[in-house]
Amino acid sequence: MLELKSVDAGYGTFQALFGVSLDVKAGEAVGVIGPNGAGKTTLMRVISGLIRPTAGSISMEGTDILKTPEHRIVSLGIAHVPENRRLFPRLTVEDNLKMGAFMPEARARFAERLEFVFDLFPRMKERRHQMAGTMSGGEQQMCAIGRALMSDPKLLLLDEPSAGLAPVVVQQVFELVKRIRSGGLTVLIVEQNVQQVLKVVDRAYLLEAGSIRASGSSQEMLANDSIRQAYLGV
Amino acid sequence: MTDIFDIYLLEAMVNGILLGGVLALLALGLNLIFGVIDVTWICYAELVMIGMYGMYYMVQVFGLPYYVAAPFAILLVAGLGALLHLLVIAPLLTAPPINQLLATGGVLFVLQSFATVAFGIDFRNLGIRMPVLKLFEMHLSYSRLLAFAAALIGMLLVYFFMKRTYIGTAIRAISQDRQIMALMGVDTRRIYLITSALGGALAGLAACLLVLQYDIHPFVGLSFGPITFLIVVLGGLGNFVGGFVAAFVFAEIISLGGLFSDLEWGYVLAFAFFIVMMFIRPAGLLARRS
Repeated sequence: MLELKSVDAGYGTFQALFGVSLDVKAGEAVGVIGPNGAGKTTLMRVISGLIRPTAGSISMEGTDILKTPEHRIVSLGIAHVPENRRLFPRLTVEDNLKMGAFMPEARARFAERLEFVFDLFPRMKERRHQMAGTMSGGEQQMCAIGRALMSDPKLLLLDEPSAGLAPVVVQQVFELVKRIRSGGLTVLIVEQNVQQVLKVVDRAYLLEAGSIRASGSSQEMLANDSIRQAYLGV
Repeated sequence: MTDIFDIYLLEAMVNGILLGGVLALLALGLNLIFGVIDVTWICYAELVMIGMYGMYYMVQVFGLPYYVAAPFAILLVAGLGALLHLLVIAPLLTAPPINQLLATGGVLFVLQSFATVAFGIDFRNLGIRMPVLKLFEMHLSYSRLLAFAAALIGMLLVYFFMKRTYIGTAIRAISQDRQIMALMGVDTRRIYLITSALGGALAGLAACLLVLQYDIHPFVGLSFGPITFLIVVLGGLGNFVGGFVAAFVFAEIISLGGLFSDLEWGYVLAFAFFIVMMFIRPAGLLARRS
């Protein structure tokens, strides 16, 4: 479904990704783990077009993402839940969700998608008229995921969904990812919470200093000694 | 004696409210541009001036009825706003704010000079004399009542556009987080263009209303341009509600100041009030606590 080949990317003279190749097949949940500053967020941003790679290629179901204008990439079926949620704090929950359905294809099905998101997050229905910025971190994360789901994506990009949340809420977020998966959605998730993320994904890549250092199924990654020592503390 | 004085006071206050409506309309247009695109159109009042000339030519020279000419004038200035964005602002979007300010300041002089060359410096007017309404001993001109009502309707339309439509929601969202708009499938360049046209349309509507009260000349923008900037700054740049409140505060100061002395003193009082307020509340009347 999604395929990256030898992608280089960076900010100005700073290079953050070095020859990253990665693929996600339809129906899979794939994790990208690695330390702070490894280039995980940059990886998400090149996929959704927020920054453009300096070399390499990215395609979504055969369509070249590099040739797609950045605001049309969501129409390819890619929805990106950015790092730190990035809700519109002074818009209501419902207006935030409305923005998620901005593209013409999604507008036509707004009511149907809204019902889907409210079923998934009944809390959002209760808070639909509340300013998004006044909600708790966990609720904001739900709203951010809900906003991404409004476009009825095929591939959901989740950037550090557990960051800054209380442990109980982190648990809830990963439960949610499992539920979203079971609906047939393909997920690419970037996380520092290695232990948790390996429980919900099928496969994972280890990204360090901008390069893929290891990859394999969740079991293989859990069994990998260097990963166990560096990220799981055992 | 006291009765007559009270009536004058009341009349001045009502006139202040009527003036406030049009000023609020202008402030809304400027706030919209600032809030969304993060630039200040120094030449905003000059767009109004061009719109007033548009009305003059359509009504006086081509003989169109006022109500037929007005929509065309609004469209004309909306187009001018879009053009200003495409030709001047878009190439400077990433430039330092001072450069953007200087560029729109340059457009101000270009428009004034253009008007001087093209239309001459004669004072012109539409030649429409509207009757005066007598209400409880007060004299209120219909042109001001019409301006107030039309300004309110214009602002209400903008309000519903901003609240109800996808484009309007995007306009509100874009000022809160510019970078992620592409993730929502929003083409920011298109939103900027639409916002510029909307800002222009509001200037066009103001032109249609002000042309009933002011004579038209190339420097007429100076009569309400500076006061609009004070209102927008006092209300807090980009703060729609603040701009609305500040417009009426200023209009009342001008109107009541003019009652106790000359109209010019009303303006002096308004500017003095502004300077004092900048010391007390530099971020604006309704500054958001951060």
